[in-house]
Amino acid sequence: MMNFIFRRLLAMLLTIWVIATLTFILMHAIPGSPFNSHNGKQLNETVQKNMEMHYNLDKPLPIQYLIYMKSVATFNYGPSIKHPNDTVNSLISDGFPVSFELGMITLIVAIISGLILGVLAALKANHFIDYVAMTIAVLGISIPNFVLASLLIQEFSVNLGWLPPSMWTSWKSEVLPTIALATGPMAIIARLIRTSMIEVLTQDYIRTARSKGLSPFLIVMKHALKNALLPVITLLGTLAAGILTGTFVIEKIFAIPGMGKYFVDSINSRDYPVIMGTTVFYSSILIVLLFIVDMAYGWLDPRIKLHKKEVS
Amino acid sequence: MEPLLEVKQLHIQFQAHGGTVKAVRGIDFTIGKGETLAIVGESGCGKSVSSLAIMGLIDHPGKITNGSIIFKGKDLTRLTSKEMRKVQGIDISMVFQDPMTALNPTLTIESQLIEGLIHQKKMSKRVAKKEAIKVLEWVGISNPHERLKQYPHQLSGGMRQRIVIAMALICEPDLLIADEPTTALDVTIQAQILDLFESIQKRTGISIVIITHDLGVVAKMADRIAVMYAGRIVEMGSKRQVFYHSEHPYTRALLNSVVRLDQTSHSLKPIEGSPPDLFSPPKGCAFVDRCPFAMEVCGRVQPQKSRLREGHQIECWLQDTRAVAVRKEMLASQL
Repeated sequence: MMNFIFRRLLAMLLTIWVIATLTFILMHAIPGSPFNSHNGKQLNETVQKNMEMHYNLDKPLPIQYLIYMKSVATFNYGPSIKHPNDTVNSLISDGFPVSFELGMITLIVAIISGLILGVLAALKANHFIDYVAMTIAVLGISIPNFVLASLLIQEFSVNLGWLPPSMWTSWKSEVLPTIALATGPMAIIARLIRTSMIEVLTQDYIRTARSKGLSPFLIVMKHALKNALLPVITLLGTLAAGILTGTFVIEKIFAIPGMGKYFVDSINSRDYPVIMGTTVFYSSILIVLLFIVDMAYGWLDPRIKLHKKEVS
Repeated sequence: MEPLLEVKQLHIQFQAHGGTVKAVRGIDFTIGKGETLAIVGESGCGKSVSSLAIMGLIDHPGKITNGSIIFKGKDLTRLTSKEMRKVQGIDISMVFQDPMTALNPTLTIESQLIEGLIHQKKMSKRVAKKEAIKVLEWVGISNPHERLKQYPHQLSGGMRQRIVIAMALICEPDLLIADEPTTALDVTIQAQILDLFESIQKRTGISIVIITHDLGVVAKMADRIAVMYAGRIVEMGSKRQVFYHSEHPYTRALLNSVVRLDQTSHSLKPIEGSPPDLFSPPKGCAFVDRCPFAMEVCGRVQPQKSRLREGHQIECWLQDTRAVAVRKEMLASQL
C-alpha cells in the first residue's frame, strides 16, 4: 500500500511537470506581451526594455523556462506584473480560501442533495416522487449556472429582498452562489444514483438482507448505498474539477473576491507569473482530488485492488 | 402432531404486461417439527415463488391473492411488513441458490453475519461476534476469526455457501428454507453442503424446506416430497412413497428422465413438450398435453386430490374408479 502511494506521488509530480511545461509553451504561444496596452497607448521603448529585463523576459526562452521551473519547484513565482505590489503567492493566499470555501460547500451540498434526491427517486421508481425528482434533475442539468445565478439574484435579491445579490460577507451571501453552482452537479449525481440504486436493489444480496428482516432504511443505507455510490465516485473527480473552474464564472457574477478574478484577468493581461502560478496551483489541487477519489474506490469496493495482488 | 407450518390453498399471481401470470394455483402442504420437505419440479413450476411467499418476500408485481400460511398459529399473509420482519431471519430464514451473488461484495463477512443478531435480537457487537464464531465453526469453516474480517470475493463458492448457511442459522430459526442450495456448486461441494444440512438438523431439530429440481438431492435429504407442476402440487408423499410407489404420470416421467449409471441405455428420456402457459392455465389437469395416458376428462376438469395410502396423495384422473383400465396400463408401462 505504501508502495502504491509512493508510486502515485511520483506520477503526480510528473503530471504537474507536464502541465507546467504545457502552460509555459501555450503562454508564450499567445501573441502579445504583458506590456502591450489595451487602450492603444504604447510604452516608451526604453521603459519596455527595462521592464522586460526586470521580469527576465529579455532572456531566451529556454532560460526563461528554467527560471520558471525553478519558481514552480520552490512555490515562489515572484510579483505579479499587473499588480506589482502583490506576489503571486499572496494573490493565491488571498483568493484561494474564498474559492475553496465556495467550492467545498458546493461539492458537499451537491453530493448530499444529489444523494437524497437520487435515493428517493430510486425507492419510489416510476411514482410521483420519482417524476418530481427527475424533473428537478433534468432542469438542473440543462440550465447553465450563470443563467441560474441571474435568475436567483432577480428573484431572491431584487424581488424578494431576502438575500444579498453579491459580495462574500456573511453566510447569507454564500447561499445564492452555492445554489447556482451546486444545482448542475447535484442533478448529475441524482440521476446517476437513481440508476445505480435501482440496479443494486434488484441484486440477490439485497434479497438476502431482506430475508434477515432488516428494516428498509437499514438495507438502503448499509447494503445498497455503498454499492450504488461506485459510479458516482468515478464521476466525482471530474465533477470537482467542474465545480472549481465553475467558481470563476460564479465569482464574477456575484462579485466574490476569490481566485477566479485573478485567473481570468491574468490571461487577458498576459500576466505570466500569475498565469503560471494559478494554473499549476489548480492542477495540483485537481490531481490531489483525483488521487483521493482513487483511494475512495478501494474503500468502497474491496474487490478493487489498488496495489499489486498480494500473494496468497 | 401440530405442524410447524401449514400452507393452505395458496394462490400467487404476477401482474405482467398483457395479463396475469398465475404462478401458484392453490397449494396445500404442512411441515412438522424437525422434518425435511422437498419441493420438486421443473423451472417455472412455482416452487421458488412459494418459498419466497413463506418468507414474505413476494414483491410487486407479485401478490398472494388467496390462501393462508399459518406458522406457529399466526397467519403470515395477514402480518404487516413490520410484523413480518420479526419473523424473517428469527423464526424462518432462507438459504439462496447462488452464493456468489447472495453476499454483499462491499461488506465484511462479520458485518453481514452479525447484523441479524444486532438489529433483530439487540445483542451487543461483542456477544454477537462470539456467536458468529460459534456458528462458523459449526458450519465447518476453519479460522473463523480470520474469515470474519474477509470479504466474500476472498472465499470460494463452497465456503460462501457455508457462510450463507451460517447467516441463516445464526438467529436460531425454527424453519430453514433452502432454495436450490447446491445448484450453483460443483458436485463434490454439493455433497458436503448436503451433509452439513443433515448434521445441522440432527443438532438443532430445525425443519427444512428444500426446493430443488435435483432428484439426487431429494433422495439424500427429504423425509417427504411435494412434486409441483404448473403451480400445483400434483403429488405428495413420503420419500419412499413418491420414489417407489408413485402413480402420477408426471412424477413417473420425472423419475424416469434421471440418468442412471446402472443402465446400459445411452439415450436420455426427456418429458416431451413443455409446461403450459400460466397466463391462461388450463381448465383441467395442466399435464394433459404431455401425458401419454391423457383421457378426455383430463383436459376439461381439474382432478381432485385422491389419497393412495396414509400420507400419500395425488391429483390425477387415473385414480378415478372409471379409469381402472388406463391406470393398469400406466402401472405396467415403462413410465
